[in-house]
Amino acid sequence: MKLVTAVIKPHKWEDVREALETFGVTGMTVSEVSGYGRQKGHTEVYRGAEYDIALVPKIRLEIVIDDADAQDVVGIIVKTAQTGRIGDGKVWVTPVETVVRVRTGDTDEAAI
Amino acid sequence: MDGYYAFMLVATALVLMMTVPALALFYGGMSRSKSVLNMMMMSYVAAAIVGILYVAVGWSMGWSGDGTLFANPLDLFWLDGVATGDYIYVMFQMTFAIITVALISGAVESRLKFSAWVLFVPVWALLVYFPLAHMVFSCTEASLICGRIGAQDYAGGTAVHINAGIAALVLVLLLGKRVGWPKEQMRPHNLTLTMLGAGLLWFGWYGFNVGSIVFAGEEGEAFTARFISETGRTFGNTTLAAFAAILGWLAIERLVHKKATSLGAASGIVAGLVAITPAAGAVDLEGAVAIGFVAGAVCAWAVGLKYKLGFDDSLDVVGVHLVGGVIGTVLIGVFSTSEGAGGVDGLLYGGGLGSLGDQTLGVLVAVAYSGVLTAVIALAIKYTIGLRLDEEDEVNGIDLAAHGESAYDLHSGSSGSGSSSGILAASTSSTAVTSRNEGVKA
Repeated sequence: MKLVTAVIKPHKWEDVREALETFGVTGMTVSEVSGYGRQKGHTEVYRGAEYDIALVPKIRLEIVIDDADAQDVVGIIVKTAQTGRIGDGKVWVTPVETVVRVRTGDTDEAAI
Repeated sequence: MDGYYAFMLVATALVLMMTVPALALFYGGMSRSKSVLNMMMMSYVAAAIVGILYVAVGWSMGWSGDGTLFANPLDLFWLDGVATGDYIYVMFQMTFAIITVALISGAVESRLKFSAWVLFVPVWALLVYFPLAHMVFSCTEASLICGRIGAQDYAGGTAVHINAGIAALVLVLLLGKRVGWPKEQMRPHNLTLTMLGAGLLWFGWYGFNVGSIVFAGEEGEAFTARFISETGRTFGNTTLAAFAAILGWLAIERLVHKKATSLGAASGIVAGLVAITPAAGAVDLEGAVAIGFVAGAVCAWAVGLKYKLGFDDSLDVVGVHLVGGVIGTVLIGVFSTSEGAGGVDGLLYGGGLGSLGDQTLGVLVAVAYSGVLTAVIALAIKYTIGLRLDEEDEVNGIDLAAHGESAYDLHSGSSGSGSSSGILAASTSSTAVTSRNEGVKA
């Protein structure tokens, strides 16, 4: 099993969710996060004083998926979330040892 | 006369609204989420303390008779001898005392001990505001600024705005900077409150300026005619000055900082209204637009001075009220017309430099009197009960330290212990803006 983690632009989140649902992804964990990469932050001005706001709001998706589907899921996220402008985000894949469904105690593939 | 009386009832309630809640909202929105309640409480508690003190001795010090600096505090003690039919004039002046004291609170965001504020408020009102109100508003022959110098001040450019502005500067210099200022970024936490507060201040300002018409004992139609023409002038001037000041402030912002901001519009409203306060009865509409525009533009620049000079006037009481008050009071010497309430021509209307000199002298007297006495009061508090909140309490938030409350419960999922959510919210937002921060660039 793999854990696919993606950090994307907030306005792309709905498109990504629909595309993943169409593909057959049944669930995910979503959080509102902030951070920065090459995009850096932005500047705000209050009564003439400039403030460098370092952190940019992003959406983070976490999806646990079968090994076979991992590359497809990554491809869908990249294709859907891409705007071509700086700050589109990152997707990475990490191996997962064990998954347990809390309600039934099912493990691994049966728990996804 | 009946209409005048009814109008004063409304005007008095409007001016009280300027402190509670308008100023509290205006300042509260600009403060940080961990100190917004304390910021608002400083206005509310000032109203309560000054209001009762005003009835005790404030009215008597202002209006019981002649005197250079103040009249006898005990002649009309607790309104003894004042007819209930005259109470509304007492209450009207009381609301001016309240807002003047409350205005100072914007300079000391998040670090002045609440006990120090509760002590400062009545002592400052007694020794600084009540005398200045006598010198300016009572206008008896011996009264220093109106009677002797002859400076025009329709509704309180000197007694209210310059007075509060210079007091704020002195208090900040003795109190010191907030922990982390100016390296750590301290953005306004809720500008919608500030926009709402500015709008309510504007509404209340009609009571403040238009209500400042003085009934001089004329009979019947003579007073009615003056009442109607003078209130028309002050209402029109108040309105146009605010409009012009919005444009003045936004123009400077757009030119210097590339963006016209909502905080700039709110600040422009207040700067313009401050500047037209002394001049509301003295100038024509052209004068009001000129004074408003100059005040908006100059104050937009002046709020940056604290970074260059290194004093942490947190919400710009100096940059808006001292600077705006000086602009309005001095420019009366330029734009005053003899058709106005003061009957004096300024420089542009062929009156020469006489008025300009009187106005400037009035400003200097107000600055010197308020500045020196505020320093004495603040030093006395500093070396007795102390001015400054404990540093750890300041960083954790004065709302929690002084009042045991948090303004917002935005993290209720993590707030098992109730009050801790305020600290979490505060520390989260401050780390959010500091990681790439090289300090505020003025």
